[in-house]
Amino acid sequence: MPNAINIALIPLLPLAGFLLLGLFGKKIFKNSAGIIGTLILLISAGLAIYTAYGYFFDYGKVNDVYQKLIPLKYTWLEFSKDVSIDMGIILDPISAMMIVVVTFVSLMVHIYSLGYMKGEERYSTYYAYLSLFTFSMLGLVLSSNIFQIYIFWELVGVSSFLLIGFYYDRPSAVAASKKAFIVTRFADLGFLIGILVLSFYSGTLDFNTLIQKLTSPESSELKTAIASSFLGVSALTWGLTLVFIGGAGKSAMFPLHIWLPDAMEGPTPVSALIHAATMVVAGVYLVARLFPVFALSAPDALSIVANVGAISALFAAIIACTQTDIKRVLAYSTMSQIGYMMFALGVSKYGGEDGLGYTASMFHLFTHAMFKALLFLGAGAVIHYVHSNDMKDMGGLRKHLPITHITFLLACLSIAGFPLLAGFFSKEEILLAAYQHNAVIYWIALITSGLTAFYMFRLYFSIFWNKAYHAHGEHHGDGGVAMMLPLLLLAAGAVFAGYIPFGHFVSTDGKPLESEFHLSFSIAPVALGLIGILTAMWLYKNENEKPAKLAASLSGLYKSAYHKFYIDELYLFVTKKVLFNLVARPAAWFDKTVVDGLVNFTGNTTQDISERIKGIQSGKVQQYAIYFLVSAVVLALLFIYVWKG
Amino acid sequence: MNLLLLIGLPLLTAVGVLLSRNTQQVRSIAFAGSALQLILALALIYFFQKERAAGAVAQMLFEQNYALFPSLNINFHIGVDGIAVSMILLTALVVLAGVLVSWNVEKMTKEFYFLLILLAMGAYGFFISLDLFVLFFFLEIAVIPKYLLIGTWGSGKKEYSANKLALMLMTGSSLVIVGILGMYFGNGEHKSFDIIQLSQAGISPAVQKLFFPFLFIGFGIFTALFPFHTWVPDGHSSAPTAGSMFLAGISMKLGGYGCLRVATYLMPQGAQEYSSWIIVLSSIAILYGAFATMMQWDLKYMNAYSSISHCGFVLLGIGMLTKTAITGAVMQMVSHGLMTALFFAVIGMIYERTHTRQINEMGGLMKVMPFTMTVLFIAGLCSLGLPGFSGFVAEMTVFMGSWQNADAFHRIATIIACMSIVVTAVYILRAIGQVAMGPIKETYAGLSDASWNEKLAAIILIIGIVAIGVAPFLLNDLIKPGAEIIMNKISGK
Repeated sequence: MPNAINIALIPLLPLAGFLLLGLFGKKIFKNSAGIIGTLILLISAGLAIYTAYGYFFDYGKVNDVYQKLIPLKYTWLEFSKDVSIDMGIILDPISAMMIVVVTFVSLMVHIYSLGYMKGEERYSTYYAYLSLFTFSMLGLVLSSNIFQIYIFWELVGVSSFLLIGFYYDRPSAVAASKKAFIVTRFADLGFLIGILVLSFYSGTLDFNTLIQKLTSPESSELKTAIASSFLGVSALTWGLTLVFIGGAGKSAMFPLHIWLPDAMEGPTPVSALIHAATMVVAGVYLVARLFPVFALSAPDALSIVANVGAISALFAAIIACTQTDIKRVLAYSTMSQIGYMMFALGVSKYGGEDGLGYTASMFHLFTHAMFKALLFLGAGAVIHYVHSNDMKDMGGLRKHLPITHITFLLACLSIAGFPLLAGFFSKEEILLAAYQHNAVIYWIALITSGLTAFYMFRLYFSIFWNKAYHAHGEHHGDGGVAMMLPLLLLAAGAVFAGYIPFGHFVSTDGKPLESEFHLSFSIAPVALGLIGILTAMWLYKNENEKPAKLAASLSGLYKSAYHKFYIDELYLFVTKKVLFNLVARPAAWFDKTVVDGLVNFTGNTTQDISERIKGIQSGKVQQYAIYFLVSAVVLALLFIYVWKG
Repeated sequence: MNLLLLIGLPLLTAVGVLLSRNTQQVRSIAFAGSALQLILALALIYFFQKERAAGAVAQMLFEQNYALFPSLNINFHIGVDGIAVSMILLTALVVLAGVLVSWNVEKMTKEFYFLLILLAMGAYGFFISLDLFVLFFFLEIAVIPKYLLIGTWGSGKKEYSANKLALMLMTGSSLVIVGILGMYFGNGEHKSFDIIQLSQAGISPAVQKLFFPFLFIGFGIFTALFPFHTWVPDGHSSAPTAGSMFLAGISMKLGGYGCLRVATYLMPQGAQEYSSWIIVLSSIAILYGAFATMMQWDLKYMNAYSSISHCGFVLLGIGMLTKTAITGAVMQMVSHGLMTALFFAVIGMIYERTHTRQINEMGGLMKVMPFTMTVLFIAGLCSLGLPGFSGFVAEMTVFMGSWQNADAFHRIATIIACMSIVVTAVYILRAIGQVAMGPIKETYAGLSDASWNEKLAAIILIIGIVAIGVAPFLLNDLIKPGAEIIMNKISGK
């Protein structure tokens, strides 16, 4: 059986690291913070691998079906007997896989940062934030309660905010961190309301109970959730769609993606951790976590997931072809690849062969974590060397950075779906799943995979080939062992991760899934990938006029893609012009003028009246005598009138 | 445990402050007195929970009852339930922090501390009163010092603000006394001010319908009920730091507590009758307050406006009339009290050094004041409802409780309230981004970080915020039985 304490320590150790480095880092661990953070994470990663191994090969299976285990559950905030927020741990194939991915990539980033962040003034703060993020992300994947996942979801958001804004004296970093937090917060509003809807109809917040109550056909909860509708859509579909909005925000799906490219303002290793391998896949993970409900009870909501994923995949790939900031290219590439994972879930069904999309999505999540983290860390090494993010400042670096060059090339081949590398296997599975269930999405995916190969090799050739690089300033080459070791380890992952028989471990119903491999099916995507690579080579291998000419001939499309299809401007218009000028400003004006105006008016009128009548109390006896006389007469007349009338 | 200590100790401290000979003595006595108050409050929680665990089922514990005016049936009746206990803890925490941040007040130090302690005593007395007459007496004690604190030690247009605050709160008090008298005389032959007796006897629906609005609006003015909230921004902004902390942290809670304990508990049918009005006004306050906050460029105005929005959650929770929502309302009172006090404390710390409160005039202070800015971060994150801090727990409890009402009206109100969490994030991050982050302005390069007393004050409040945020079950267990009794009254069990 799983050891609850061992598993709980996986997230709690980074938390301890955060508290230690956050509270005492500046004074005591000024120089050793990196080593301490890395060691703590090493233990955490060891425990994660140990747990995953135990789960997959030892106690996880009962009658050949992987179980959902709850080794730990603690009532944290009780609303009523059935509804409570619990702090628990769920152990099932996807959470076991995720703790390995998160701790492994995080460990790589920790090691890499030992070299990359050396000499940084706020070195210990950086490691404290990294630990906080790792803690939140691990808590997120281990959550056994939908409100618990929301809690860690928000914590992930804030640690991402802190890391993006790490260079807080740069206005662009501050703006990017705010944007990331606010856009995802907006999406989280959907998530929160979705939780309220789902918990109301299922009468629970616990994942297992919730899934059971909302999927078994005879449950009364499910019947009410489907029968009650709002605007013609069932409450259950509303709830799941709202939850998906939260997921789409974190996973940078169209149209909530605008924060991701800007988030590249953070230190590059951070982008590798957060914006490639872990946080941005949280949305995919969330849909996967609730997958049985999506697939069995609300296919409408699932088709939304599929469409949003497919649109995002293509949309981002087109933009990635035009960007010149290498980190932004990678950011759009991430968005596109997560789109793949999303629509793979979206086209999947529950159970047996039809659940291929689910397996493929998780598989791609796994392989993508390897090669995308590698790409970001490689980009970090390049940026470290040339002190610029822009492709225009690069070229011919293959001789200067040999290790970076080789590992980067492997990662590019992997993401482009080059046969026998990791990305090839997972992408083939996704395409196959799409092919079986949704023709339109299959074609979108196919085109996107060609574009992927093109923009990745555009990036590769622009950095490492093209014009010759004239080194100036210091010559430190590839960077030290700390930076190269993670590259090599991740490169091994990017090459070999595809050989894991993923269907044996991760499937919709916990039963092993044999994925068949069709050579004939692979011809189209591989051919498209090769065309993409060759086109990129033709255009960018040597410095020439072709790319500029091509851009000019496609000027309309090129320009709008270069400007990211003006989505940012649209948001800016809505927030700045509409919300700020038409809502916030009038609200403040109304408060100052009307509401407070009434208060002041009451006060002033009272004062006015007393000012006017204060003359009556003059203190002159003669005047009082007259008042007395007049009043007496008036009263007497009144009395007589009343008496007589 | 003897509840009279809660009044006796502040009284003794106040007398001690008056008798002391120099500023040093004043500070030490005030500090010692408020530290003891905190110990007392913690002891109260301990003994309260011990009694409950031992099986004490009475609604109120540690009751004492002395006749004051037998002919009018006015008694000095005191006692506490979990709700009152949590408010007392809040008061004690804010008082201690307030005393600490006022360490450097040079002008009429003795009088300043005397008024602070007097205000605290009023609050304690208010929370333990079970007799409406006594309760009203303490409510008034808590109003007068505020006028003097703002008028004498305030800044900006302080006379205007002090007048406005005192007059608006007095209007509230006068509505409250009308409501109280209405209940006193509306109870047939048996005239009583006693909360327990009144609730057992039950007040006739006609009287409830007539007098509920008096009580609810009266207390509501104290807790920034829309549209009677405009004393909040001016009052808070003109008050000295500790004054703002007490005002937002304690005084506004008197109103929330009164709305719950007096208006809703004693007039459950009245509450049902008017609940949709309460919900409408409080959801307006929540979202409209948040949008109005976006336009504030003065840190104190920003926090005061955000208080209007946050206190809306208290009234919304009460108006939703479910056990969970009411529990959430009380949690929000505690949470908002601590968080706002922390916010005002840190604003005071910033102002003392930069001599400005204009958000746009600051920048990059993280570099020179890391501790202060970390506190600002924490206060901000608590305000925008980040998990791990108290605000999240309280708001989520209100949302969960509100959603239990299944009709469209309640749903829409809840969604409107939920929307405020996005708007809050916008104005908080904008302020933090401008004040703490970005390039530092040259004029601020030589500023010093927080002094020991400021650090201690911040740490005390942060401990409270984090404790609730990390272990909400502690507070939940304390409040829930009390909320349940109120709820049973409403549902007529």
